[in-house]
Amino acid sequence: MGTNKESILMNVNLKVKRFDPGDSDRENWWQEYNIDIHEDSTVLDALIYVREYEDTSLALRCACRASICGSCGMKINGSAKLVCKTRIVAVAPNGEQIIVEPMGNHPVVKDLVVSLDTFFNQIKRVKPYLQTDHVPESGEYIASNESMENLLTAMNCIMCGCCVSDCTVLEVDDNFIGPAALAKAWRFIDDPRDSKKEDRLKDLNDEDGGVWDCTRCMQCVEVCPKGVAPMDKIMELRDQAIEIGLNNTNGARHAEAFYESVGHSGSLDELRLPIKTFGIFNIKELIKLIPIGIKSQLVGKRPPIFHKNIPGVENIRKIFERYRK
Amino acid sequence: MFEHDILIIGAGLAGLRAAVEGVRNGLDVAVVSKVHPVRSHSNAAQGGINAPLTDRGDDWEDHAYDTIKGSDFLADQDAVEIMSTEAGRAVIELERMGVIFTRGEDGKLGTRAFGGQKVARTFFVGAITGSALLHVLYEQSLKLGLNVYEEWFVTKLIIEDGVCRGVIAYDIKNGELHTIKAKAVIMASGGNGRVFEPSTQSLICTGDGMSLAYKAGVPLMDMEMIQYHPTTLARTGILLSEAARGEGAYLLNSNGERFMEKYAPDYMELASRDVVSRSEQTEIDEGRGINGNVLLDLRHLGRDYIEKRLGYLQEVSLEFLGIDMAEKPVPVRPGMHYIMGGIKTDVNGLTEIPGLYAAGECANVSVHGANRLGANSLLDTVVFGRRSAEHAIEYLKSVGPNSKSENDLKLEKERIQSVLDRPKGENIAKVREDMAKNMTKGIGVWRDQKSIEGALENLTNIKNRLPNISVENKGKFFNTNLIFALELEFMVDNAEAIIHGAITRKESRGAHFRTDMPERDDKNWLKHTLIYYDVNNENNVRVETIPVTITKWEPIKRVY
Amino acid sequence: MKYAFYPGCVSRGACPELYVATVEVCKILGIDLDHEAMKGASCTGSGVLQEKNQKLGDTLNARNFALAERSNLPLMTICSTCQGVMSQARKRMLDNPKYLAEINAELTEEGLEYKGLAEPRHLLWIILEDYGIDAFKSKLVKPLKGLKLAPFYGCYMVRPSDALGFQNNLEREDSLERIIEAVDAEVIDFRGKTLCCGFPILTINEKNSMKMVANHTSDAKNLGADAMVTPCPLCHLNLDGFQSKAGKSIGSQINLPIIHLPQLLGLALGISPEKLRLNKHIVSTKVLLSELSLKP
Repeated sequence: MGTNKESILMNVNLKVKRFDPGDSDRENWWQEYNIDIHEDSTVLDALIYVREYEDTSLALRCACRASICGSCGMKINGSAKLVCKTRIVAVAPNGEQIIVEPMGNHPVVKDLVVSLDTFFNQIKRVKPYLQTDHVPESGEYIASNESMENLLTAMNCIMCGCCVSDCTVLEVDDNFIGPAALAKAWRFIDDPRDSKKEDRLKDLNDEDGGVWDCTRCMQCVEVCPKGVAPMDKIMELRDQAIEIGLNNTNGARHAEAFYESVGHSGSLDELRLPIKTFGIFNIKELIKLIPIGIKSQLVGKRPPIFHKNIPGVENIRKIFERYRK
Repeated sequence: MFEHDILIIGAGLAGLRAAVEGVRNGLDVAVVSKVHPVRSHSNAAQGGINAPLTDRGDDWEDHAYDTIKGSDFLADQDAVEIMSTEAGRAVIELERMGVIFTRGEDGKLGTRAFGGQKVARTFFVGAITGSALLHVLYEQSLKLGLNVYEEWFVTKLIIEDGVCRGVIAYDIKNGELHTIKAKAVIMASGGNGRVFEPSTQSLICTGDGMSLAYKAGVPLMDMEMIQYHPTTLARTGILLSEAARGEGAYLLNSNGERFMEKYAPDYMELASRDVVSRSEQTEIDEGRGINGNVLLDLRHLGRDYIEKRLGYLQEVSLEFLGIDMAEKPVPVRPGMHYIMGGIKTDVNGLTEIPGLYAAGECANVSVHGANRLGANSLLDTVVFGRRSAEHAIEYLKSVGPNSKSENDLKLEKERIQSVLDRPKGENIAKVREDMAKNMTKGIGVWRDQKSIEGALENLTNIKNRLPNISVENKGKFFNTNLIFALELEFMVDNAEAIIHGAITRKESRGAHFRTDMPERDDKNWLKHTLIYYDVNNENNVRVETIPVTITKWEPIKRVY
Repeated sequence: MKYAFYPGCVSRGACPELYVATVEVCKILGIDLDHEAMKGASCTGSGVLQEKNQKLGDTLNARNFALAERSNLPLMTICSTCQGVMSQARKRMLDNPKYLAEINAELTEEGLEYKGLAEPRHLLWIILEDYGIDAFKSKLVKPLKGLKLAPFYGCYMVRPSDALGFQNNLEREDSLERIIEAVDAEVIDFRGKTLCCGFPILTINEKNSMKMVANHTSDAKNLGADAMVTPCPLCHLNLDGFQSKAGKSIGSQINLPIIHLPQLLGLALGISPEKLRLNKHIVSTKVLLSELSLKP
């Protein structure tokens, strides 16, 4: 770390979740460390200090210390962060204990080191390389600067795994392709040089665990240390899928039905929404709705059968009309 | 035992570019890397990649001359000619692979200005060019199904009958040691920045490859040429790209003056890095610094422009110092950043050992001579990464099959076990810090006989302590404690070569500025220093020199 | 204190108990709800409409904000999703004046304009920030001592934190816990309190949605919670309405009552469970109420 003669030290208390595959006696355990370190230090500075001077068995990954290599993702107080740019005073302003754990949704190799196979396999699923059907006769592909700058937020992804770590869908379903892969897919779909936009959208649309499985919880947006905002990209992918006519999914039908309901009446017609989402002929799914329908009726929670338009609904309809053009 | 046609050590830009070339030519290629490829230090390059595009009216000779002048005429001009003429092809290739280079109005690749060049020929992606290039090459490696030994640490080169035939590598995840045989090995292991403290370099830049080649008998060339980057962030030493100055940022002293006027009136902030670093250090030493720093001022560029073109710099400044570059100037100072020196190779990346190639920062062709221009490193990696692979592909045609011997494995197992078995002794980090701080002190922006000898004395002391450093963690799984001990040994070799290079070169040239010999001495020192590991010599070091290759450009006094 | 009341779609559809409880609570607290100001307001889009057309969604919300501005009253929401969607829309528009101008162009026909003043705030925040915890506590009639409550925020109420103004309003980060403590109840802290209830994927991937419901409700129950409280009716729909289905997916009956925030406030303020429509839930609140010595 940097040399600074005017060292103002502060006390830092870390509680680290440990795991050692070579230790047959225990599954995992918590270990506390108490150190004094420069007040401007990051959590990584503290962990490196521990590893160098207090406990050489502590395993963690780190390399650049400058938030560009993506090695040091881990959970701090329950949320995935890049610890090289997490200042201690930001997570423990009053000297509170800092809880340090490995990233979630990945198997732990040792201590704070996880296997990122999950992450990289997800990335591989989207064919993360430029696919073009032609090569320029000479020189580079011509593309507007705007189109390249548009991709910058996705290019900022350093593959740290924080978004995948905290994704609430991946917690319950490891088949979901995940936010990082979807953001990466968007990067190619929106690249004017790539010629496989439709195929890519089709793959993400059809496949189990694809673009419609995101639950819009915004964890990935919140935890991404580089401002990639994967969920925003996922929403755009959904928009683009619908636009190119990929509307044979519950997700697409749900979005369309919602859009029509609000466009027609100004508010949501909850009774008709699930019917339109599943499709009027999807008897199997519609039958499944009956129990909840009955329960709702019994407690008086059933939405009105005749959905009322909001007052002044023409104003809404006009706005929708203009956007349809 | 594993076997391949070509084995590449290091998965940074040079390594991956070489690998892609090999796989495209149908060979069995594998890469061994102590970190996942996308964690490689190539990521940290920010500003851009140079290329004279002749079909756009640029002149390759202009770039070549800028490079040679920037190198203070130590670069081998035939190598520079090759790099300059092949640059255009390299950049277009990268764009076609998918790099999202910034564009001009006409939709073609756009440029920014960079140090040491009057023509703007640096192609870039915001302030994340290295990362953008590395990720695209990683994508290509996925497309081609490249075999990567991920988180495997190379501990030794296998040399059989004077020919390089592979490596011994340690699988960090489970502590297993393996033999990987190959008909050709390309060393692309990067720099040795951790030999200094502070440094902009990643914690993994411990000069592994340079030490491995050195111990195998390959000379390290011009190791005294250590580049101090002028704009490293105060306190943390994180790099702030030259791109800031390329986009128009000013350097100010405590009087608010653009002091570069005094030292380089023509190029100002875009003089070569060694000139700028020395200028800053002079200002600081003469009392016109602020807490040991000078100021980098971007305010006049405007917030929007900064965020679009230099977004990563703003992120670093805000995150690590809490300074908004659009509002306040940022304190910066010279910091160790890059080594021009390295494993001596020819223009095809071949070292003195058949079958062993080197490319990228760990190699010295020499294209950077005594000082590297910004945005030439990325160019170096892809041009010579590719060339090494091309030559290796040809070389393979004359190479017999790999032998089945695993003798090296047995010896390495014993050696590593003996390191693990040492009784409790000195703390590795403490010894490393000790060495690194003294290296910075002795081989800094300024150096003289006294400081260099001081570094040598300290290093001798460090070497004596090496056998006592102990590895407290005896585990098999992700034992970074052991890795750090092995890396420290590599670093000490690097430090040794650097110090001997500095003692040997009795002049000032480029980044090697001796206050006791401040003039450049072309008559006696238009030469490269070569440091050999030689057990028959005093201190196990043998020093030689070879002349610089001059083609078109006669050395003249370097003025900016 | 008077507010332009924005009830959202669900409190007038599938969760009418939320609407009723809100009105009752505000009456007791002396918070004046203006029902007219937002009468012509549309649905916020709920994030779903934004999937099809984000700009259209922002336009609808700009219009909602303009209506609030026209009434000169601060804007109140009672649904985490409305809150979050509106906050995100507001941030996008305020961050980019050019974008806001384009959106306002769509509103001129109606004579409306979003001037950037209206700031949607949830009843939960209004009580902490405007009403004040002490003032609220002074109105308590039946402190819920001994009651163990698990807070469930709803994603839109906690992320993204910069759109929700967490930096300048630190109490928003643990607002539910503060309210639970203010009614003298005990907070049951559990991991899932800021995670997703699964409602957005209910009709898209029911298996995952049920797993989420099962995880959060059973975790809270196992940690001793008597009930779960949420400021979002969509979360309520999933956690309450589909709890038994979720329970089947993990092979157990969970039986954790889920109550709306105003219902919790109402109980502590002495409003009868019947008035708060606590008998309108799918997972029965009978046991909970009897523990509080209240008749359902």
